[in-house]
This record gives sequence, C-alpha cells and structure tokens, in this order.
Amino acid sequence: MSEMASEPLGREERTPVSSSPRRPKNYLNTSYTARSWLLTTDHKRIGILYMIAITFFFAVGGIAATTMRLELLTPYGDLVGAETYNKLFTIHGIIMVWFFLIPSIPTTLGNFLIPLMIGAEDLAFPRLNLASWYVFMVGGFVTMAAVIFGGVDTGWTFYTPYSSVYSNTAVALVIVGIVISGFSSIFTGINFIVTIHKMRAPGMTWFRMPLFVWSHYATSLILVLATPVLALVLVLVGIERVFGVGIFDPSLGGDPLLFQHLFWFYSHPAVYIMILPGMGVTSEIVAAFARRRVFGYTFVAFASLAIAILGFLVWGHHMFVSGQSIYAGMVFSVLSFLVAIPSAVKVFNWTATMYKGDIHFDTPMLYALGFIGLFTVGGLTGLFVASLSFDVHVHDSYFVVAHFHYIMVGSTVLAYLGGIHYWWPKISGRLYSAWWGRFSAILIFAGFNLTFFPQFIVGYLGMPRRYYAYAPEFQVYNVLSSAGASILALGYVLPLVYLLYSLQNGRLAPDNPWEATGLEWQTSSPPPTENFLEPPIVTHDAYERPSATISSSTGGQP
Amino acid sequence: MTQTTTQPATPAWPTEDEKLAREREVNALGMWVFLASEIMLFGGLFLVYFVYRFRYPAAFAEGSSELNMWLGALNTAVLLTSSLTMALAVHQARGSSRKTAVLFMLLTMALGLLFLAIKGYEYWQDYQEGLVPGLNFTYSGAEQQAVALFLVLYFVMTALHALHLSIGIVMVGVAIVWGQIRPFAHDPAEPVEMIGLYWHFIDIVWVFLFPVLYLLR
Repeated sequence: MSEMASEPLGREERTPVSSSPRRPKNYLNTSYTARSWLLTTDHKRIGILYMIAITFFFAVGGIAATTMRLELLTPYGDLVGAETYNKLFTIHGIIMVWFFLIPSIPTTLGNFLIPLMIGAEDLAFPRLNLASWYVFMVGGFVTMAAVIFGGVDTGWTFYTPYSSVYSNTAVALVIVGIVISGFSSIFTGINFIVTIHKMRAPGMTWFRMPLFVWSHYATSLILVLATPVLALVLVLVGIERVFGVGIFDPSLGGDPLLFQHLFWFYSHPAVYIMILPGMGVTSEIVAAFARRRVFGYTFVAFASLAIAILGFLVWGHHMFVSGQSIYAGMVFSVLSFLVAIPSAVKVFNWTATMYKGDIHFDTPMLYALGFIGLFTVGGLTGLFVASLSFDVHVHDSYFVVAHFHYIMVGSTVLAYLGGIHYWWPKISGRLYSAWWGRFSAILIFAGFNLTFFPQFIVGYLGMPRRYYAYAPEFQVYNVLSSAGASILALGYVLPLVYLLYSLQNGRLAPDNPWEATGLEWQTSSPPPTENFLEPPIVTHDAYERPSATISSSTGGQP
Repeated sequence: MTQTTTQPATPAWPTEDEKLAREREVNALGMWVFLASEIMLFGGLFLVYFVYRFRYPAAFAEGSSELNMWLGALNTAVLLTSSLTMALAVHQARGSSRKTAVLFMLLTMALGLLFLAIKGYEYWQDYQEGLVPGLNFTYSGAEQQAVALFLVLYFVMTALHALHLSIGIVMVGVAIVWGQIRPFAHDPAEPVEMIGLYWHFIDIVWVFLFPVLYLLR
C-alpha cells in the first residue's frame, strides 16, 4: 500500500491549475469559433453537441407530454380532440424514445467520459463519432418535419396494419427519420466497443475498468445487434405502405404478429439501452459519495452483460394478449423473471456499498438514491406485468404506462441528471449551486412520484392508456398526475437555469471536487484536448482508495 | 494489486509504431463489429422469409420457379469470382506490389458492376413478365397473394443486397483513388483489407440468397 501511495497517478507533480485565475489550455478554451465546434473530432466536444441536441428534443417531447397532461385534467376532450391527442402521444413517444432516452447517457456522458475513464486520448473512431452526431441531427429533423407535415398517429410502436395501410398521417417520413437516427446508434455502439477493447491505458485491465464503462460496453452490444432489426422492420412497413404490397397486412396474406415480434426484438432491448448506462452512472456516484469501493464489483460488471443478453430473449412479454402461442407466453414470462436476478444483484450491491460508508448527500447522491428507489419500484412492477395472468388484467392500461415511466423516465432521467451533476465540474470546470442542486433533485423525485404513482392505481382500476377522454370516476387520479407533472416540469427547468448560470458565474472547480477515484478525476477540470498531459498508467483496482494521503492530495486542492 | 510484468516501469506515451499497430487492430475490430450488425440486418430479413415460407410452402416454391435460375447462377459465378479478385488484391497490396493490387481492384469493381447489370436485366425481365407486386403484377395462378408475398421479399432481399454491393463498388473505387493521392500512406494495404472483409461479407450474403430464393423450389 505504501508503495502505491508514492505512485504518480497522472498529474500530481504538476502545479494545480485550479488555483490560478487564468486557466491553461483546455478543450473548451482552445478555440471559440463555430467551426471549431461543428467540425470537432474531440469526443468531449461531441458529447457537448449531443447534450445540446438531446436537451432540445427533450423539450419537444416534454411539451407534448405537458399538453397531454393538461388535456387529461378533465375527463372530456376539451383542450384537444381525439386525433390531436393521438398525435401528441405518438410524437411524445417517438421523440423521447429515439431522440432522448436512447442517446441520452451514452452519447453525452459516455462520449465524454469513456476515453477519460480508460485513459485514452479519444474514442477509436473520432470522425465516425462526429458523423454519428450529424446523422442523428438529420434523423431528428426529418422526424420533426413529419410533425410539421401533420404529425403521426400510430403510437411509437407503429403496429401494422394500421401504420402500413390505414393511418392517413406522415408515417413514411417519420420512419425515414428513425431509420436514419438508427445509423447514429450503430456508429456509437461500434465506437464504444472498439474503444473499450483496444484503447485502454497501460494497467487498465478489464476488471479495473469503472462500472460505467462496463455498462456502456453491454449497452453498445445491444445498440449494434438490435438496431439493424428495427431499421429492417420499419423499412418493411414503409415498403408495404408506399407500394401497397403485402408484407404484414393480413388481408394480403401477411402476419401482423410477425411485425410485433421483430419490433419488440429491438424495442425491448432498447429499454436496456436506456437503463444500463443509468446503472453505470449510479455505480460511480454511489462509490464516490459513500467513499467506498463498489461491493461485489465483478458481479455488478457481469450483471450488466447478463441484462444485455437476457434482454434479447424476453420481447414476447409485450405480446401476451396479441394472440401469440400461450406456450411462447409462458417461456417469455419465465425469461422475463430471470432479468430480475441481475437487476437485483445491482440494487443489493449498491445498498451494500453504502452500508457503513461515509455517505455524503451531495446533489448527485440524491439523484442516485432516487434512481435506486424508482428503479426498484419500476423493476418490481415489471415482474407484475411479466406474469401472464396479471398482465391480461392490466395490459394497455395506465398500470403499464406507470411501470415503464418508472424505468425509462424515473430511472434513466434521474441517472442522466445525476451524472450531469456529478461530472459537471469536470465538463464545465465550474461548480453549481449546491443548494439549488439538492432542491431540484428532491423536487424532481417528488414530482415524478406524484405524476406516476397514481397511474398505477388508476390503471389497476381499469383506465386504458392512449385515450383523450376517460370515465369521470378516474378524475382524481388524473388531477394528481397532472399536478405532479407541473412540479416535474419545474424540476427539469431549474437545473437548466442554474447549470447554465454556473458556466459564467460558478466557482472554479478543483480537479477532484468529490474526492472520487477514477482517471477522469486525475486530469484537470476541464480536461485538456488530449485528455492527459502525462501518460496515464493504472496501478489500482477500480474505486480503490489506496491511502488517505492520496485522496486528500488529489481531492483537497483549493 | 500487484503490477503486471507487461507494464512499463515509468509511464510513457505509445510510440509511433505502437500507434500504427493499434490502429490496424482498431480498424479491423471496427469492421468486424459493423459486420455483426449487418448480419442482424440480413438475419431479420431471412427470418421473415422463412416464417412465410413455412406458412405458404407451395406458393413460395411456385414463386421461386417464376425466377430465372440461370441468371441467378451466372450472377453467383460472377460474384464468387469477384471475391477471388478481391482476395488477390489484398494479397498483392500486402506484398507491396501496388500496381497489381490496383489492377485486381479494378477487376473486382468490373465484376461487381457486371453483377448489377445482370441483376438489372433480371429485374427488367421480371417486370415484363408481370412479376412485380405494386407496379406490374399479372400473375393469376393459385395462391396469388402468397406468390406476391414471395416476390416482394425477393425484391427486398436482392435490392438490399444490391445496395450493399453498390456501396462496396464505390468503396473500392475510393480506395484506388486514395491510394493514388497518398501513395506513401503508412499502410496502403490496410484500407484494401478492410474493404475486402466487407466485400466477402456481401458475397456470403448472396451465397445464402441464391439457394433460398432460386433453388428451394
């Protein structure tokens, strides 16, 4: 241990940069031109480009959701009619799934942090990385164009034959947009897999990698292997629609169930594309703010891979009442239950990590704790809907809506925001207001639960999803839900305000404000363009705190 | 906890040679991962085909017999030969006889274009015979719908393959031009090897497409 303590960990011998008012060259101040941003191949800048883009798409999807919640304040269609409501929930789903949740953590934090965490100067394919952002933007704007040309009313699931034959909306255009954005997913996945395999610094063995990197490796496998199937099935829907030929249309000999199988073969693993990076963020935050190593590191790492692999085998649980074989339903039910095992391994290990830890309730930790709570509720209700008999009762009800929002919004968005707050000093070089950070974290947690918990109840009582009007006895739950949504909206706006404010007015961040471990905290805040001024070398296991002297000398700088 | 023996005693940046070696590995792995993605794309399409084949075995056999097997067989020969010339191009590029490599690459492009020409002629023939659902479909035998389903899948599968082949031809062309512009690049053989991997993949897809579409009668 004492030998370890004297080991240079990256930049200790250099003068601390954060003490001087004028900063040395870093990736932000190296150039200020628009061209230097739009043609950058620096993974950190591309991460920022993605961050701006998905914030925009999140706002678009959020406005659609807000309008829906306003409409559902009363049981009658007084704000929007049926057709507009259908278009609202469709665009909300499409934008949020493909243009916010799927890219959220991987393309922003993953892009920014994976090379830093493994001690690389960039991703394996920097130009491909930039290309993925442009492809993503083209896909996004084509999809937005479809909204301008009248919108889409199929739901984000595009079930045939409605989407391919009967819907009179801009289905083909929106399909083009989603398929284009799929290429960006595949590019990102390839980049991460190759980077993690080949770009690790000396001493950074597989089992010294931060769990954030493991979870992104598992995510990338899904991105690469599932996305092409979605592209294929959507292209087939488009061909059926544009040429009027039969592929899935039952009146022309096609099989709509085949569409559902292929669609969910992508779209169920897509849920794990959203949640796995969030689990990675949570592992990092819990270890940092409990000042402890992650309990059962290897199990948490392999749990990510197990979730990715099992995730490919459970798609049929979306089709329990679609007319698939009852025996297939039983198999899919059992396999879906198996996903609970690696998920529970993670939850228990995060809890065990905190046990007897030196817990600091900073903003990121509040988000991580919120993540664990919401993920537990979302995951356990996942077992409810994976049970054949119970699913028949709640299928297509608000119970399902509440379940997947707990996973996708509650967990993924909290992890995303937690990650942003955790790494913000590294990304921006500034500290934000700790009080406002904690306040908005609590606000979001409260607003989220008020929005979606009543939906479990009202769904169990029988309120179906995707309707603009409902029976009057359900109103009280919907009023609660809409009230929660307004709190949630405020909670989302606040971080945008105080984080942007901190860019100009925040205190300068030290290199390691949280006394965290990991290579990304050993370079300066913000990092130089080449990430490390001295060649990084790794001599410790992940989250290992070799001695008190090291952690205070790297973390305690003014 | 203990340092592994491969670690340098003092931290050092990788040398230029190490960087080049890593770049080769990185590019090769990137291409393989991309091809894994492509396998899932075509795999999904084959799945759709076989689901319907099991549902309408007679109609699919009937639809298959409407296709021109001999043109398909000719195209198989053309494409397999192009894989040979591609492999020879890679071999020559590695052996640093650049001129021969370029010659084989041009030959590969020519064979690829020949394949597309034959395929185009076949499509035109199908159109004349009224075998194109959605545009000109005059087939009036038994199980008309299921035969149309077969033909739709035939066109989707072969068109997707042809699209990939076209991209491959363009890539070979770009590699030739790039090799002329930067003849002293650190490793001129590398792009040829990467494109070779992709080319062989397209070839293998056809090796499955041909029997599935033309021979299973």
